[in-house]
Amino acid sequence: MVRFENVGMRYGMGPEVLRDVSFTMEQGAFYFITGASGAGKSTLLRLMDLGCRPSRGLITLFGRDVATLKRSELPGLRRRIGVVFQDFRLINHLSALDNVGLPLRVAGAKPGQIRDHVAELLSWVGLADQLDAKPATLSGGQKQRVAIARAVISRPRLLLADEPTGNVDDTIAMRLLYLFEELNKIGTTVVIATHNEQLVSRFTHPRIHLKDGESMVHVPRAARV
Amino acid sequence: MIKRFQILPLDADESSRFLPWTIAFMTYLASLALAGGLALAAVTARFDPGETRNLTVEIPPPLAADNSTAEQGPKARQARVAAALDLLRNTPGIIAAEAMERREIAALLEPWLGKTASLEDLPLPDIIDITVDRTAEIDTQGLGTRLGAAVPGAMLDDHGLWFARITSFVHSTQLVAAVIVLLTCAAAVFTVVFVTRSGLAVHRDIIEMLHVIGAEDGYIAREFQNHALRLGLSGAVPGLLAAVLTIELLGLAASRVDAALLPDIHLSAKAWVVLALVPVVAGLIAMMTARATVMRRLSRMI
Repeated sequence: MVRFENVGMRYGMGPEVLRDVSFTMEQGAFYFITGASGAGKSTLLRLMDLGCRPSRGLITLFGRDVATLKRSELPGLRRRIGVVFQDFRLINHLSALDNVGLPLRVAGAKPGQIRDHVAELLSWVGLADQLDAKPATLSGGQKQRVAIARAVISRPRLLLADEPTGNVDDTIAMRLLYLFEELNKIGTTVVIATHNEQLVSRFTHPRIHLKDGESMVHVPRAARV
Repeated sequence: MIKRFQILPLDADESSRFLPWTIAFMTYLASLALAGGLALAAVTARFDPGETRNLTVEIPPPLAADNSTAEQGPKARQARVAAALDLLRNTPGIIAAEAMERREIAALLEPWLGKTASLEDLPLPDIIDITVDRTAEIDTQGLGTRLGAAVPGAMLDDHGLWFARITSFVHSTQLVAAVIVLLTCAAAVFTVVFVTRSGLAVHRDIIEMLHVIGAEDGYIAREFQNHALRLGLSGAVPGLLAAVLTIELLGLAASRVDAALLPDIHLSAKAWVVLALVPVVAGLIAMMTARATVMRRLSRMI
């Protein structure tokens, strides 16, 4: 599903933020990406959501070499990827319902179809009574769940989440991670970037640890069993 | 009223507030320039006789010295006019030659002399109006010489030079009007480009998010182009209405001036239709400019 081979990334003429990153993620996997702030977690996710191109190396997504993709092919590929942004990126003047329905609207779905589908999903994340609420009236955890609902509304095959627990307390963080596990159980490949090692240690999923721009893949013993 | 769904909050942008005003000013100026050009085109069309052209023969009244001869008063004048008409009507290429009545000459002079002037007291010339086949090449210089020989003092006035000068002046004025229209269009385009670029910068985060969730460039561009069309129309319509009001007020002021001193300048139905299309064109220019700007900028993003 996702393959990185000796990927390097630098912004402009700056230093390399990622160096020789190599890993392979299979369909249906659940990965954590860990590392201190500034280690390159967000950059790694941006490379995976086609938000930028690597300075060197090979990235393969859904069996396609990213470097050879035409610009016109990007939207189709991106619709197979769901992204939860660290800062949510909710649109303030739109309701929770409209924010969550955006990927469907962008893909050309009719408003009537969008409403039913979104209402069901917001109910699933525990926001059934907040359909018409604007982001400004929602708490951090509620915004995070709206962002997650938006990321999964179009049933992506790959879900990327950047610090999804960064703005919530531990209880809500655990609930969100269980939500991601539920998605993973129905076949979605989930990749979560976080600096919260303590939280990650409660799960047995493999993790890619970034340090000084280089990656190390750790597979916990429990997961190996 | 159906609520319009707008992903990018472009209406709240500061730059969006002044765009309708700018478009209104541009439309006002462009409409006035266009109306001027169209009105002048109608004036030249009225001067252009088509397949024919006109010449004028002016026969001065007999000199005081001639009054002592047998040929005196109206009879002498009639004889001179008849001689000229005879010559003219026998010249190939001249379709018609008619002497103007005294009252027609008086009507021509009325704006300058007033109604009370007695024509009998004035040494007015006799005038013969000649219609010439445009395709026939008449030697006007030779005809003038022959006229002078047949009727001493008679002068042939070829309007060609006057018409050429008027046409040249009108065309120059129309060119200036066209330049004004083009400059206002260019200014509107630059303004829309600036506003659109500003919108792209302000909403960069949302645009990036839209790309990430799979929005095509055309989808994002539609947000901007629809917004620009709406702002363009909301500025262009009042701009045109203000221009129409100005044209009507100018027309009213012109009607109070003596008609003979000013050429009858008015807009034809076709010209009004062209003016009515100005807001549509302004809206389309704004829309297409916004789209082109967004597509160009987005093509540089991954």
